[in-house]
Amino acid sequence: MNAFNSGDEGFTPSPRSSAGDTASLRPPVRGAWFDPIFEYLCLSAATLLLASLGGLVISLAIGGWPALSHFGWSFFTSTTWNPVTDVYGAAGAIAGTLITSFVALALALPVAIGIAVYLVEFCPRAIARPIAIAVELLAGIPSIVYGMWGLFIFAPLFAEYVQMPLMMNAAPGSLAEKLFAGIPNGANILSASIILSIMILPYMAAVLRELLMTVPPQVREAAYGLGCTPFEVVTSVIVPYIKRGMIGVVMLGLGRALGETMAVTFVIGNAHGFPDSIFASGATLASTIANEFTEATGDLHTSALIALGLVLFIITFTVLALARLLLSSQKY
Amino acid sequence: MIDLADTATPAAAIMNEPPYDELVLEARNVDFFYGKNQALFGVDLPVRRNAITALIGPSGCGKSTLLRVLNRIYALYPGQRAVGRVVLDGEDVLHEQRRLPWLRKRVSMVMETQTGADPIEEEQVLRVGTDLARLRARVGMVFQKPTPFPMSIYDNIAFGVRIYHRKSKAEMDEIVETALRRAALWDEVKDKLHSPGLGLSGGQQQRLCVARGIAVEPEVLLLDEPASALDPISTAKLEETLVELKKDFTVVIVTHNLQQAARIADYTGFMFLGRMIEFGPTNDLFLQPKSDKTRDYVTGRFG
Amino acid sequence: MLGRDFLRNLVNRLFITACLLATVAAITALVFILWSLVVQGIGGIDLDVFTKDTPPPGSEGGLLNAMVGSLMMCAMAMAIAIIVGILAGTWLAEYGGHTRYGAVVRFLNDVLLSAPSILVGLFVYELLVRPFEGFSGYAGAVALAFLATPIVTRTTEDILNLQSHALREAGIALGTPKWLVTRKIIWRAAGAGLLTGGLLGFARISGETAPLLFTALNNQFFSADMTKPMASLPAVIFQFALSAYDDWRRLAWAGALIIAVVVLSINIIVRFIAREKKHA
Repeated sequence: MNAFNSGDEGFTPSPRSSAGDTASLRPPVRGAWFDPIFEYLCLSAATLLLASLGGLVISLAIGGWPALSHFGWSFFTSTTWNPVTDVYGAAGAIAGTLITSFVALALALPVAIGIAVYLVEFCPRAIARPIAIAVELLAGIPSIVYGMWGLFIFAPLFAEYVQMPLMMNAAPGSLAEKLFAGIPNGANILSASIILSIMILPYMAAVLRELLMTVPPQVREAAYGLGCTPFEVVTSVIVPYIKRGMIGVVMLGLGRALGETMAVTFVIGNAHGFPDSIFASGATLASTIANEFTEATGDLHTSALIALGLVLFIITFTVLALARLLLSSQKY
Repeated sequence: MIDLADTATPAAAIMNEPPYDELVLEARNVDFFYGKNQALFGVDLPVRRNAITALIGPSGCGKSTLLRVLNRIYALYPGQRAVGRVVLDGEDVLHEQRRLPWLRKRVSMVMETQTGADPIEEEQVLRVGTDLARLRARVGMVFQKPTPFPMSIYDNIAFGVRIYHRKSKAEMDEIVETALRRAALWDEVKDKLHSPGLGLSGGQQQRLCVARGIAVEPEVLLLDEPASALDPISTAKLEETLVELKKDFTVVIVTHNLQQAARIADYTGFMFLGRMIEFGPTNDLFLQPKSDKTRDYVTGRFG
Repeated sequence: MLGRDFLRNLVNRLFITACLLATVAAITALVFILWSLVVQGIGGIDLDVFTKDTPPPGSEGGLLNAMVGSLMMCAMAMAIAIIVGILAGTWLAEYGGHTRYGAVVRFLNDVLLSAPSILVGLFVYELLVRPFEGFSGYAGAVALAFLATPIVTRTTEDILNLQSHALREAGIALGTPKWLVTRKIIWRAAGAGLLTGGLLGFARISGETAPLLFTALNNQFFSADMTKPMASLPAVIFQFALSAYDDWRRLAWAGALIIAVVVLSINIIVRFIAREKKHA
């Protein structure tokens, strides 16, 4: 109680004799005038984000319009891409983009699922954390590093140990010979796909792992309580639990692969036209833009490249939008 | 009202409609809505100067909601609205006095298009302007869990004062010390005023929040189950502090602890299902309850 | 019955083994990448790399101009991204996040998070390079800012949403204007998280190449003039790696190693901050 008794020393309360004038005695709040301004500043920043996306679409549409109106539908169906004769068709690049992305996804997805499941369900805790951290760190490595590694380390090995033996052993005239045809330098559609898959792997594994961790332990325990093996728990309880989210992760990975520029540009060989074997050189939408934009020969060439950008935007926006919708509908 | 003795208003005064100026704050016929759900039904609450008023009742009865109406903290959340009157020193604080009504209307229209909120709610939920801020400074609040700001003990208390006054270092030192002394925290923290407020124990943090609340010299201090997260010793200290504060302030406390209400409150209101079932001097309410519900509750038969 | 259980066990064993193999294979591949990066890059790192400008083919040189250019553009991009991103994230968390407009902003911000960076390069080319008839460091910085802002916005919103309602109410209950509650209490309480957002944004843009190719272009010489084309580490790596000169390739590897080390360190620092925060 001592503390209380000494409490009033040196305290001079403001006079509060009658009720009515208390409010008028109290000075106004300092800085209250800034409240609406601050809110509008925040709102403007949010709107700026929105406007930047809008501006991106509009500028791509305006920039690409000359080429699109010049070539019409043939821009999407023609595989001819010839700056010399000023004829441009996007079909080769679109095909290259879709093929490399889907192959990369097909390669990376099972591995990513394996990693995530292993880390969450089976791995001893003591090493699961460091591995998970390592995986997340690798997801942040810039793509140009993957590209250089692909060009200088992976491509020569790939050419020597995969491409050459397959080409040598393919019987003349067989399907295998057609499939494996190409210049044995390691720069082709398949190696670009593999590099892409390695690049999206840590990212997908990290997101999948987070998704798996959202499954409540009771769900797991209930399934084990019924006598399920770990495999049955994962396939029949956990996977259905996060199904929508998993599709979202797949789409996110796909979105990354579709738009990836540098890792692909290094190893795809950069040849225009429709790829006719898995070892053919090719090009993607992004790699074509990266390679040719600064050296574009004329206005139509530039416009055609921007039109490629528009196509890439439409594809990736669709995929990413679907991914986000699926991920956000996943109830955590 | 420092000059007043710290005795509670005699119980008889309540029964016989006391003179108006005895009331510092009064809720009259207050309804409250969370969106479409009504949480309060015509609640009346007289709060008498320099007394401790306690609100008791089972969880979900609306006692915290009522507290949140008194300083309109609910207005932070779109969709929550109150109807009725809350009178502070003779001034209705639940509704805005419409200065420049055309401007107010424009503002609320702009707000409406931006937030998509119901314009009627915007009318009552004033988002711009100083009146609401000043109301909140006049009716302070302490929350269930301690909420020290992420700054030093000293700055925690100086923060609220700086909003209203430019003070010299010496003046501010004095205000901080006084507030801490009144909250019975000074002796424990005087050597570490500049260490973070988050470093204190739970009970100390709660008393820091009390000190912060009274440093701006509110007329009424609202406490929403302030002891629910505290151990018995800290609770006892906090209760002593509140009884001492009664000299200078008016206290309204929500508690689920009947003994706490019996120990410290001069008046107690019992709420049930959003209605004020009974209100009166604490002794009367506990010893001679008029309502069966109240008797059942205070004797521990439910709740 | 016994046969069925045996089969179940076998499938289970195979499944666990497959998961383990996937993990081992992936870790091996990724370790291999890092290892070869170190092996190839470490030889190229010497004092010259940090003190000399990019050389013409066949002569000695370093990466000084590229590093300075990268730093200047990243710093300016982060200044823009932090201002816009924190304000936008604050709006989503404190003001309009629950509205339909807020939902649209949040959704499109999430899409922007993983939008192809080369498109941002094209956009900024149309926006700043073509109208002003010249590549510039400013254009590069703006392109990078477009990439970093969504990250800062996202982390800001997430971290502000973690702050308790009681803390906001406590500030408001003192009569504090909302913007002061936000600035002095909520932002401060969320300090480490906001820093994390900024660092993540920086890590993302410091290795970005594609958006710089058509905006800042490149520059063989030292230049701190942001109105002129500017060298950057990723663009120099791209140019040198695809060249036929051994000196250039050596520098490209050294540059790639430097970028990887910087990005990894930032990410490790971020984890450290997040961890400290959790223990506090």
